[in-house]
Amino acid sequence: MKRNLLLLLLVTVLTGALLIGCGSDTSETDGDSKETKDTVETQDTGKETDDAKETEDVADSEEGKVLRIYCWNEEFQSRFNDYYSHKLPDGIEVEWVITPNEGNAYQDKLDQDLLNQDKAAADEKIDIFLVEADYALKYVNTDYTLDVIKDIGLTEDDISQMYGYTKEIVTDSNGVLKGVTWQATPGLFAYRRSIAKDVLGTDDPVKVQEYLADWDKFDEVAEKANAKGYKMLSGYDDSYRVFSNNVSGPWVDGTKIVIDDNLMRWVDQTKEYTDKGYNNKTSLWAPEWSADQGPSGKVFGFFYSTWGINFTLLENSLETPLKEGGVAEVGNGIYGDYAVCQGPESYYWGGTWICAAAGTDNIETIRDVMKTLTCDKDVMKKITLDTEDYTNNMAAMNEIAESDYASEFLGGQNHIALFAEAAPLIDMSNISIYDQGLNEEFQKAFKDYFDGNVDKDTALENFYTGAVEKYPELTY
Amino acid sequence: MNETSTSITNRHKKKRPITYNRYGYLFLIPFFVIYIIFSLVPLLSTFVNSLYENYMSGLNQVGPTFVGLDNFKTLLTEGNLLKYAGNTIIIWLIGFIPQITISLLLASWFADMRLRLRAKGFFKTVIYMPNIIMASAFSMLFFTLFSDNGPINNILMSSGTIDEPFRFLSSIIGTRGLISLMHFLMWFGNTTILLMAGIMGIDPGLFEAGQVDGASPTQLFKHITMPLLKPIFIYVFITSMIGGIQMFDVPQILTNGSGNPNRTSMTLIMYLNRHLFSKNFGMAGALSVILFIISAVLSLLVYKVITRKDD
Repeated sequence: MKRNLLLLLLVTVLTGALLIGCGSDTSETDGDSKETKDTVETQDTGKETDDAKETEDVADSEEGKVLRIYCWNEEFQSRFNDYYSHKLPDGIEVEWVITPNEGNAYQDKLDQDLLNQDKAAADEKIDIFLVEADYALKYVNTDYTLDVIKDIGLTEDDISQMYGYTKEIVTDSNGVLKGVTWQATPGLFAYRRSIAKDVLGTDDPVKVQEYLADWDKFDEVAEKANAKGYKMLSGYDDSYRVFSNNVSGPWVDGTKIVIDDNLMRWVDQTKEYTDKGYNNKTSLWAPEWSADQGPSGKVFGFFYSTWGINFTLLENSLETPLKEGGVAEVGNGIYGDYAVCQGPESYYWGGTWICAAAGTDNIETIRDVMKTLTCDKDVMKKITLDTEDYTNNMAAMNEIAESDYASEFLGGQNHIALFAEAAPLIDMSNISIYDQGLNEEFQKAFKDYFDGNVDKDTALENFYTGAVEKYPELTY
Repeated sequence: MNETSTSITNRHKKKRPITYNRYGYLFLIPFFVIYIIFSLVPLLSTFVNSLYENYMSGLNQVGPTFVGLDNFKTLLTEGNLLKYAGNTIIIWLIGFIPQITISLLLASWFADMRLRLRAKGFFKTVIYMPNIIMASAFSMLFFTLFSDNGPINNILMSSGTIDEPFRFLSSIIGTRGLISLMHFLMWFGNTTILLMAGIMGIDPGLFEAGQVDGASPTQLFKHITMPLLKPIFIYVFITSMIGGIQMFDVPQILTNGSGNPNRTSMTLIMYLNRHLFSKNFGMAGALSVILFIISAVLSLLVYKVITRKDD
């Protein structure tokens, strides 16, 4: 009998252990919990932990002790550390949860944790999360984000210097502002001075802009460039954003997908460019695309926004990359051979918005973070001068635009002035929650058309198929 | 109870057999517990899920609403299920035909005592190697090798074979061919070893008898090796087919999940994965059930073939 009991006990313990192990796993519904722990970086406020603990005990119970920030790279982290962390109140610890963007991982993680926000312990709740424009509305149109004015406490005055489009992107369907950003990312057309001289006889940004003022003129230049053996654009998607930012209505009307005429113009233009050899058939971020921007490239120009010009294009233009000890100076590759002009239409590319998560216990701190990093003119001007990142403050940017600021990379041009002109013209009122998925599917589907694998109708059909797979509620 | 008490009274005499049985059951428990939790429950819940409309629209949950067999109806009528099934079979066949041919050839060479091949162990290891590499790493490698400006194109251009880079991943044949090539490279070693085991199981006396009667190697292969290898051959065929149906990682990474050009390299499981974006449990469940049925039928075939008594 003893043996039987022992057996029974063993079996129960074994089964029990398994069930418990499994149970706790599912109750957290967090398959990533281990992974999260790896990426969570706890940042001390500079005080020693003992100190911090003491203050914690004394600290007011109203503000949470942990500021948990969700993001996908270290950009905001470095801005935060450089321009805000010295103001962080004692006793508040910052926890960074960094999940890379690849394969939608960031949004999956964020979604899961937001859905569990109510159940999470106070210090485990998300306080701040970052979003990108393409999917901002997915979060902004829900109760998971807080009203920047009413809930967080920024004033209309605080946000008055932000560019209009940066507010449009994070305004929900009821007109409530749900996020703020420290950067504006107006786009320009960056062209090669040497090629412009050869093709147009001038490399003066004002004159080149005249040649490229609208799409018809742009096409004419493409033809001329082709005749001289150059390519106008590198790949299929280079001009996509310029068209998609200037649509006349949102992607979806009710639940019906609407393909804007401007997007079809992109299709027709790109097909023409491909067939006539005006482009190099590359894709954004492909190695071939980057190579086209370098010394061996024969491409007239690239549509790039703020960060793209100062970081990506600059690096790609060098003969000896920075990583290999190259110096960013004239003589290294085609450094200095680029210049910028507005191009045919105004658009933006990229940008990161800060949202406050509902359920946060750090409203005070969030207000302070938002105020310092996105509303404070001096801080924003400093960020631009330090990092060359274009910031979201009209007054500060206009000051730099009017100064004698000059970019050596752009052959001495003050591109901030152009950005400052372009940014107020961007109109993003036609954004929808489906932008990210539908833009991706649209570009993917039409790549086949450009490649000559399918006709236009089939490409369209493939786009609809892919769209409905991603968003089952949509019709066409 | 009666038996147990008897066993307890007799335990000094009959200690061992009883203990062993009990331990046997004890050791079986972890398997069944894990199987039930991680296999049976998900399996059954897939069936249940397939009957509901249940997905996420952004952060909003839609459903679950019971819709009966609607998901299956949508899949079979509106979705391009047949096209993706066709893609899967075509890609699998392009890889499988050379794979089985070369494996058969290698296996009969390796198993042929009279050839006295040297360094058999070395070759067996080498041909098995590609299977050890993670499929995702393997397809990343191929993606880079065969990109428009990649090394393969460079070699072809500098050797004068082609004037313009061949855009492998923009052509249907290129993409399907690459996927098949990778599967071939990954699996021909495994198949060779299986077939070799099969050939070595054949009574060598039969070969000798054939040779004495003056049969040529081709005749030996055709009339002795193949008929006797049939059960193993069918096993290899069907397991490879089940593997083919589940083809996912290589095409997914090579085409970045799009299955392009024109969705001609979209396999069934990639299609299943597409429903992950909206967490569409209903449609994904229905698709899984269909795949389950196909795989189950094939598995039954294997079972039949293996357990069949020799005629």
